[in-house]
Amino acid sequence: MQKPRFKWHILVFLAPAVLVYTAIMIFPLFNTLRLALFTEVEHTRVFVGLENFRTLFGDPNWSEQFWNALGNNFWFFFVHMLVQNPIGVALAAILSHPRLRFAALYRSAIFVPTILSFVIIGFAWKLILSPIWGIAPDLLQAIGLKSLYAPWLGKEEYALTTLALISVWQFVGIPLMLIYAALLSIPEEVLEAGEVDGITGAAAFWKIKLPLILPSIGIISILTFVGNFNAFDLIYAAQGALAGPDFSTDILGTFMYRTFFGFQLQLGDPHMGSAIATAMFGIILIGVCIYLFGIQTRLRRYQF
Amino acid sequence: MKNRKILAAALLGSTMLAGAAAAEVTLTIESWRNDDLTLWQDKIIPAFEAANPGIKVKFTPSAPAEYNAVLNSKLDAGSAGDLITCRPFDASLALYEAGHLADLSDLEGMSNFSDVAKSAWQNDDASATFCVPMASVIHGFIYNKDAFAELGIEAAEAAAEFFAAVEKINEDGSYIPMAMGTNDQWEAATMGYNNIGPNYWKGEEGRLALITGDQKLTDEPWVAPYRTLAKWGEYLGDGYEAQTYPDSQNLFTLGRAAIYPAGSWEITGFNAQADFEMGAFKPPVQNAGDTCYISDHTDIAIGMNAKSPNAEAAKTFLNWVGSSEFASIYANALPGFFSLSNHEVAMEDPLAQEFVSWRGECESTIRSTYQILSRGTPNLENDTWGASVAAIKGTKSPEQLGAELQTGLASWYAPQQ
Repeated sequence: MQKPRFKWHILVFLAPAVLVYTAIMIFPLFNTLRLALFTEVEHTRVFVGLENFRTLFGDPNWSEQFWNALGNNFWFFFVHMLVQNPIGVALAAILSHPRLRFAALYRSAIFVPTILSFVIIGFAWKLILSPIWGIAPDLLQAIGLKSLYAPWLGKEEYALTTLALISVWQFVGIPLMLIYAALLSIPEEVLEAGEVDGITGAAAFWKIKLPLILPSIGIISILTFVGNFNAFDLIYAAQGALAGPDFSTDILGTFMYRTFFGFQLQLGDPHMGSAIATAMFGIILIGVCIYLFGIQTRLRRYQF
Repeated sequence: MKNRKILAAALLGSTMLAGAAAAEVTLTIESWRNDDLTLWQDKIIPAFEAANPGIKVKFTPSAPAEYNAVLNSKLDAGSAGDLITCRPFDASLALYEAGHLADLSDLEGMSNFSDVAKSAWQNDDASATFCVPMASVIHGFIYNKDAFAELGIEAAEAAAEFFAAVEKINEDGSYIPMAMGTNDQWEAATMGYNNIGPNYWKGEEGRLALITGDQKLTDEPWVAPYRTLAKWGEYLGDGYEAQTYPDSQNLFTLGRAAIYPAGSWEITGFNAQADFEMGAFKPPVQNAGDTCYISDHTDIAIGMNAKSPNAEAAKTFLNWVGSSEFASIYANALPGFFSLSNHEVAMEDPLAQEFVSWRGECESTIRSTYQILSRGTPNLENDTWGASVAAIKGTKSPEQLGAELQTGLASWYAPQQ
């Protein structure tokens, strides 16, 4: 009996990815978690345990901002779940219709905003919606609905929803593509078998296709969740680090940025910033765990 | 083989020669004034390099909103430039205390500046000065002279005249009375609250009383400006809630708005953009005949990276910043940034001349939130942005805003407890 040879090539092939990932993801992540346990007293770093978290959740100056940002984050996420994903699924269902003409054109057109920079999206939409130069007020006037126009990005009650919808517009291509791919992978035989049993048209979508693409919808939901709770760019590009008006668009990302790097006269505090980053990490971790253990294990998979 | 050695020696020799030729020092300047890039490249740097052969200067600005964050990261990483443009007060003080900015108290050029000018870049007991003051900015209102002539109104002296004027512009309807938005928030505080405020809290008197704890933000002088701002809302034009800072600048320079609540730093840009004649009036006093107070804010200075390998060259540059040559180039190339030095500087721009003439008529002060009071959490300056916006929009009453700010300040600032 020969002892199985140690498979060196596995190590060699794994090494680059593991090293790069460790250097730029794992190490900074753990260092951030560690940094959250320190504070700075007279230019020296001292260990304070969970004191930063007590400040974050116990001191009303901090906790109010934190809960406000978290609440806004959930709203941001709900808008995506309620608008982006259903529209993505609907568009994918329409685009996968075999008799639709120019499907490739629509697919590309809807996907293009996804690859644009946040800065461009933020700036373009700010101009579109601008009460002074924007085309939104003129368009509404042209169809006689000018009274519906408001300076949305400047109003506390609309600003966050407006930004969420801009983000939906940008990213609707992602669920579209994933669902589209899932729909294409459904074998014809299954659908034909359904047709023989009298299930056609919309019924075929609800009774055959939708159950088969549920795992993809699950993946999209979790991607949306992680993406939204890590969001920062669009808000920063459109509203600045102070996430106005009156913090109504402040999400955890902007709150963390402001705290970590400072803003205007507010000096940066890397330790409190890390504490917020750690809280964000915790929230996302909990969300992902709920999905992995609570939902994904219950999803039924079909093998064709 | 031998040939090859000779070739190698020749190559080596030539690189060493090139090294010797490049022995001049290059100084890099960190700044947030990306608007001034051409000014530095075309005027300031050539003037300095002509007088100091052997020193090259590079001006590398970043975006104003990101400057503090970018600079702090660069300093911590050791990749910051030799010369650091200094924000006033705590941002720079923190850099000095962290050992990033060198103590420049003994610099020869420092003797050209008054104590008030240096106060923004000293530690609390004024024992060390760490930046050479460059310029201050003055707040006021810039107006469209053609529009005022057309409507037959005069520049206002007192609050009542001011509101009569904007009311008249509003009724006429051909101009937006005032170009200001609340989207970016800081204009409301900087060009609103801290522009008109000194007339209410009597400049330095009120500002220092707030620092010592003798006055509170709930006192009338600090609440009254919010009451005045609350009246601005209806004169700011449709959709001001989503109007950004560049929007406001464009509205004014395109001639669509009659008055622009301003800081003098706008002058250069406005001169280039506007094709009508502009005038300026100072923040209106409460009642005609009152002493006027203006915000003459120490805004910009320049210091030295303590870890700079080119300290000698950097000091040469900083001494030159204290010279009358620099003061004159800077003040004339950038009308609206007024020299803080004791040199007599002749200015050609009429609008800048108008602003600076107020120094003779009124008492000067600096922005109320900048010294000491924005050290803690919550940050008074940032809160003032939000409060000024809320006052203009009318979402909260002036008294409520005063009470909230006072609670925030008292939560960490001992003299106010």
